[in-house]
Amino acid sequence: MLGALTDTEVISRVLQGEQQLFATLVDRYKNYVFTLILRFTDNREDAEELSQDIFVKAYRSLSDFRGESKFSTWLYTIVRTTCITFLRKKKLDTTSLDNEKTFLQVENRESGFRANQMESKSKQAMVNEAINLLSPNDAQLITLFYKGEQSLEEIGRIIGADPNTVKVKLHRARQRLREKMEKYFSHEIREIQGD
Amino acid sequence: MKYGKFRGTKKIEKNIDNWSELCLHHQSISNQMEPQKNIEERIWDYIDGLSNTEEKTAIEQLIATNLEWQRTYRELLEAHLLIAKHTELDEPSMRFTRNVMEEIAKYKVAPAASSYINKKIIWGIAGFFLTMIAGFLIYGFFQINWTASNSSDVISQVNFDKLNLSKFFSNTYTTIFMMINVVLGLVLLDLYLHRKKAQATN
Repeated sequence: MLGALTDTEVISRVLQGEQQLFATLVDRYKNYVFTLILRFTDNREDAEELSQDIFVKAYRSLSDFRGESKFSTWLYTIVRTTCITFLRKKKLDTTSLDNEKTFLQVENRESGFRANQMESKSKQAMVNEAINLLSPNDAQLITLFYKGEQSLEEIGRIIGADPNTVKVKLHRARQRLREKMEKYFSHEIREIQGD
Repeated sequence: MKYGKFRGTKKIEKNIDNWSELCLHHQSISNQMEPQKNIEERIWDYIDGLSNTEEKTAIEQLIATNLEWQRTYRELLEAHLLIAKHTELDEPSMRFTRNVMEEIAKYKVAPAASSYINKKIIWGIAGFFLTMIAGFLIYGFFQINWTASNSSDVISQVNFDKLNLSKFFSNTYTTIFMMINVVLGLVLLDLYLHRKKAQATN
């Protein structure tokens, strides 16, 4: 019954005082929010704490949501700003997430990954591990586009860029993902192509 | 020795040949890569449904007739489907929703920012500063000796002697203005500290 309500209907009822209905929105978006945060931080505990903070922030500023965009777009904007603030607090240079530090972070992930490389992987595990090897920005972009059901315009609104820039960034992110898959999962890819 | 020198020269010549070959090869690779990049971008747009009707028809035709386009399309479509179908979302702990609901029970939805940010005040402040800037500009223009406009030295056209700043900064009005600013600053500081204290006690 509650699942049939649209986000806007749930929000207006929450604003009218039905606080418990907010749980519907949490259930609807918790996996998206949690995954997006995990793209920034590898630590599940941090990700869970940040996700909780984001939903609390979203609840407190719910009356600022004017319905000009999708609720998910608005929520992902909070996710992004909160993640950036979190990384700043952790003394990470977040002026550009494609910078050297992030590169080192990714390199570390790659070396750790190589140590535990399995013989053969399911397609799901392969794609997800390849995404984890990307920089946080690339990984987040791919997640928003493929899983977050966000258009280029909406992603632009979230990351503060115009749709054309998002398009170029997305092309590059996918290119890098393909490179990672070819580099680390060539065996699995050949198997897929053989199917 | 002479022979050695000759062989050395030959080697250098050969290296030069290789080098120029290498340059040519590199150039041809870059020339090939550029259209390839373009092909990929156009195919990605096609796959994402971002191409317009004309472009769509053109790409479909190229895929049907050109082997290079066909191969690239197959590769990109494979990658696209793999990402779209097999990217999975992580899940937080089972208690996550309950934790959030327990946390938000402590709070109320804050009033919309537009309800407490008074636009009239913002426009008032903006108006005040604009009037000040306009006033100074007008005053400055009136100080310029326009009759001496033939002179190329612009600085000399401004009669700085007439600018009696002490008249503005030493009179009673300036003192009152400064006093009001100080009082307003103290009020704002008091409000800020009060809010901080309230947040800390919450």
